[in-house]
Amino acid sequence: MSDTILEARNLTKSFGGFVAVNGVDLSIARGAIHAIIGPNGAGKTTMFNLLTKFITPTSGEILFNGNDITRRKPAEIANMGIVRSFQISAVFPHLTALENVRLSLQKSLGVSYQFWRSTKVLHDLDAQAIARLDQVGLADYAHLKAVELPYGRKRALEIATTLGLEPELMLLDEPTQGMGTEDVGAVTELIGRVREGRTIVMVEHNLGVVAELADTITVLARGEVLAEGTYDQVSKNPAVMEAYMGVSAEEQEAGA
Amino acid sequence: MTDIAEFEAETAPETVKRGRVVQGLAWAVLLAAVLIAPAFLYPVFAMQLLCFALFAAAFNLLIGFTGLLSFGHAAFFGGAAYIAGHVIKVWGFPPILGILAGTVFAAALGWLVGMLAIRRQGIYFAMITLALAQIVYFFALQMPFTGGEDGLQGIPRGHLLGVIDLSQPLNMYYFVAAVFLIGFAVIYRVVHSPFGQVLQAIRENEPRALSLGYNVDRFKLLAFVLSAGLAGLAGSTKALVFQFASLTDAHWQMSGEVILMTLLGGMGTIFGPVVGAVIVVALQHMLSGIGSWVQVVIGGTFIACVLLFRRGIVGEIARMLKVGGWL
Repeated sequence: MSDTILEARNLTKSFGGFVAVNGVDLSIARGAIHAIIGPNGAGKTTMFNLLTKFITPTSGEILFNGNDITRRKPAEIANMGIVRSFQISAVFPHLTALENVRLSLQKSLGVSYQFWRSTKVLHDLDAQAIARLDQVGLADYAHLKAVELPYGRKRALEIATTLGLEPELMLLDEPTQGMGTEDVGAVTELIGRVREGRTIVMVEHNLGVVAELADTITVLARGEVLAEGTYDQVSKNPAVMEAYMGVSAEEQEAGA
Repeated sequence: MTDIAEFEAETAPETVKRGRVVQGLAWAVLLAAVLIAPAFLYPVFAMQLLCFALFAAAFNLLIGFTGLLSFGHAAFFGGAAYIAGHVIKVWGFPPILGILAGTVFAAALGWLVGMLAIRRQGIYFAMITLALAQIVYFFALQMPFTGGEDGLQGIPRGHLLGVIDLSQPLNMYYFVAAVFLIGFAVIYRVVHSPFGQVLQAIRENEPRALSLGYNVDRFKLLAFVLSAGLAGLAGSTKALVFQFASLTDAHWQMSGEVILMTLLGGMGTIFGPVVGAVIVVALQHMLSGIGSWVQVVIGGTFIACVLLFRRGIVGEIARMLKVGGWL
């Protein structure tokens, strides 16, 4: 298998006259954590939704393991091994933590359309689900409804659910958004722990998290790639500084 | 994660135990009520209660457990009533086959309506179901076999399996009770099946269910077909009880009434639709003396319900007893 797991070629999305993503080329290395950052309105969310197939590009193509997935549906790519998370924590609030995780395991039984069978058949998955919960430190909360969990724990539950699908590629939409510092630390640590054997693409605002986790960073601005490289490389890039601070590097030096 | 310290986990096994006990009691009350009802109630009225209770429970499968608001369920209820009536009266089929024909027809119609409606969400979904149900109403009004404004009258109750005379009120009552209990048990099972788990996931968070690889539209469609079929089971049975199928059964007001029953009893609860149906039908019955004012009373009840106990009667009881999901 090639070293590139996901590739976007000349990806463009326009909404009416507004071009949100403009001719972006992106190549995600297998096994890496790849962060997409950029100032507000840079097209990060659109880019993310394009990669997860929640929206269809105006032009360009997306390849997963060399296969064209540009026209595939979200449920299809999920079954191929690309699973996304959401900006607002995406759990099933009135189901228990156990049921949440079990929903990601259920497909392996092939009983999801069997409306005449009792949920008892799903109990075979309970041990596996508890193990998943344990992995993110939630085993003690298995029988609580997701809505009753505090925010940071919901995020952990969401990651446990996503991992249940054993995704080859995980796409995380601002995993630490809206969290207190302590929760940010816990989730960062969790992502670092579950990266083993998979590739992670994340859109993230918190540069501390990006610095700690990401191997490669792509900086978007105005729908185009502004810079790409390691944290050290992009953080010293004058164009990036200008985009983030609104001032050029010289001006900044002059000011300092 | 700081908030964990002050966060008190409810010990789950206790909740489960309490839930089981309360649910067992509810089943016992329901069974007892169904069995002894003819001792206290006029049989036709009791049968009417059961038919509407089943109708509301079928509707609840969609709104309560899948999160889809259909505003056209009268089409399945009324359409099945006409088909069952026609098959029994004109073709001379036995009652069970007639009811089965009505049910199958409603499920097939549900498949058609569902196919078109689930492409849209929320209010647009509701509007499409309403529009398609109006088309069915139009057919019921215009087709020769439905009897137009007069309805389809004089449907014979016949003999169950060729032996039991259903024109005897008590025989008929226990037949309807059996249909209700079977239908209700089917709904309970659907909700508590692997399929039902996915439905609830869709209700809770549709994009997430999609991102976990569930083909949401297919699940919604199957839920719609099941709900429509069971609504048809209720409608066919009602046609046999009253021995006629009328335009009222297919009218949009019937679609509204079933929403009212479900909300009043508690949508997304197991027993709520039954309670809601009993209250609405009983109110209509008791207040029939005041003519169209009955609508005002029911409307007022509905407003009070929405303002005071939004979870519906059973939903509020479940909350008080801390057995959410078990009632």
